[in-house]
Amino acid sequence: MPSAGRKTVLRALLRDPMAALGLGLVTLFVAMALFAPWIAPADPIRLNVVEKFQPPSLAHLAGTDQLGRDLLSRIIYGARTALSIAITAVGLAGLAGLVLGMIAGFGPRWLDGLLVLLFDSLSSLPMIMFALAVITVMGPGTGTLILVVVLVSIPAYARLIRAQTLALAGADFIVAERAMGASGARILLRHMLPNVVGPLVILLSMDIPVVIMLEAGLSYLNLGVRPPTPSWGNILYDGYTSLRAAPYMVMIAGLPLVLSTLGFTFLGEGLRDALDPRLQGRGAR
Amino acid sequence: MLRYAIKRIALAVVILVTVMLAMYAMVFLVPGDPASLALGPRATPELKALLRERMGLDEPILWQVWHFFRSALTGDLGYDVWSKRPVLDQILEFFPNTLILGVAALGWALALGIALGAAAVVWRDTWADRLLGVVSVGLISVPAFVVAIYAILIFAVWLRWLPAIGAGTPGDPASQIRALILPAFALGVGWVGYLARLVRASLLEVMGENHIRTARAFGLPETRVVLRYGLRVAIIPTIALLAVGLGSILSSAVFVETVFGRPGIGTLITGAVQKRNYPVVMGTVLFMTAFYLFIVTAADLLIARLDPRVRDAFRR
Repeated sequence: MPSAGRKTVLRALLRDPMAALGLGLVTLFVAMALFAPWIAPADPIRLNVVEKFQPPSLAHLAGTDQLGRDLLSRIIYGARTALSIAITAVGLAGLAGLVLGMIAGFGPRWLDGLLVLLFDSLSSLPMIMFALAVITVMGPGTGTLILVVVLVSIPAYARLIRAQTLALAGADFIVAERAMGASGARILLRHMLPNVVGPLVILLSMDIPVVIMLEAGLSYLNLGVRPPTPSWGNILYDGYTSLRAAPYMVMIAGLPLVLSTLGFTFLGEGLRDALDPRLQGRGAR
Repeated sequence: MLRYAIKRIALAVVILVTVMLAMYAMVFLVPGDPASLALGPRATPELKALLRERMGLDEPILWQVWHFFRSALTGDLGYDVWSKRPVLDQILEFFPNTLILGVAALGWALALGIALGAAAVVWRDTWADRLLGVVSVGLISVPAFVVAIYAILIFAVWLRWLPAIGAGTPGDPASQIRALILPAFALGVGWVGYLARLVRASLLEVMGENHIRTARAFGLPETRVVLRYGLRVAIIPTIALLAVGLGSILSSAVFVETVFGRPGIGTLITGAVQKRNYPVVMGTVLFMTAFYLFIVTAADLLIARLDPRVRDAFRR
């Protein structure tokens, strides 16, 4: 990351109102995820059929669902599901992309060619179709979801890292380092790594909302997180099936999805502008 | 040009074959056989054996792979034992619905996206430009299926203006169009923001060029310069992107189609995934991937034909 210290980045983010809003929303959702057991007013999976379809009230601020479960608690725990999956998946994909991209950029040419072909094939698949194929084989679940995200995201990350590595390989300080007899591993880890990681982090942060959407979408189709684990997607599905009986369920369940994806996108854009204006125009989609 | 075309087409074919092989490999790497998974735990061994035979699972693996490739090339994507119909028939029955939805969604998104992008450039660096920027990002980041559900709630359940589910009555175009409005709206929303940003960026680039300076020097009003002389050039990269857009919008239509219970590729494949109906899943994925590769490659070739710089930049 070019010299910008942490304080300057934060200041730049706060100066941009949309980025500040994004930061606020993201903080809110991260706090929800981290402190779910302490904030949630009730157990998110305990059934209480007597109290089913209760509209929002003081006892249940967001009402209850078709099984009498407290909706607000399910949404709070849903933040935990959404964020833990998004962060794990994007993190693993970033790591794999980093390693593969550096290998492609720094390794022998035949390996580079092979990896590039692999990235091209993976990224030319329609993502949702590929996800559904993997789910058919592996069966739905959190692990499958993470695997899908990792597989479809690697190409973009690896390409970015490969391009950065290639660009750096000719830089004076790397040539000098090589002339002094530094090993390949030393050059990669000590000199390349710190220089290629910055743009990757920005790209990763911009992909988090994409993963949140994918998780919710697949869980909505009952192909993602398995019930009774609360996910914003399966909460929305429950709401959709009782659209006429309890329209408040859908209205409330859609909000965290909209607000969190908005928050992460605004924050990602702000981060990008603050850290690396060169990347402008990338991201989302 | 010919060399470029051959290279580009060869790449698409290699990718398609890699995808087919990878999909096949996945099926065999995973424990459990599709027939018992499909029939559930209470199936009798005889029933399983029968289904295995019908699905061709009792043949040696390599033979199955070869068989799959050979028949796929002749347009035979296998037989669906559940619906007792060839896979390709089902795909061809559902695909037009999805295509209509995708084209409608992309169409209105394109019209509005160009208008918003051009407006942002006419009013550049004012509060209106900034507002449009924020709105675009907002539209991009809202999930289509959430828009779909809200749209059903508002326009179908509360206002009762439009139907909530289905694709209309066959043979009745009016009902089919009414059934198309909400899904196309939900699916296109994200693209409005995306296209508005793209048009704005490419217009701003064009606005620095000589012919724009000349137009300004003649004293033409700025709005006219942007709309008449800028947009005409700036629209080219947008059109190029539409091919990729159509390919990806068709597969992301899955969620919207399911929410609206609209017959299409999305409903076909999600149903098949839930039943672990391998032939239908693999056939659909293959068909959609091939379609996607086809339009992306065709668009690339068309652009290369129009703009030699692209062709020269292609190195591998």
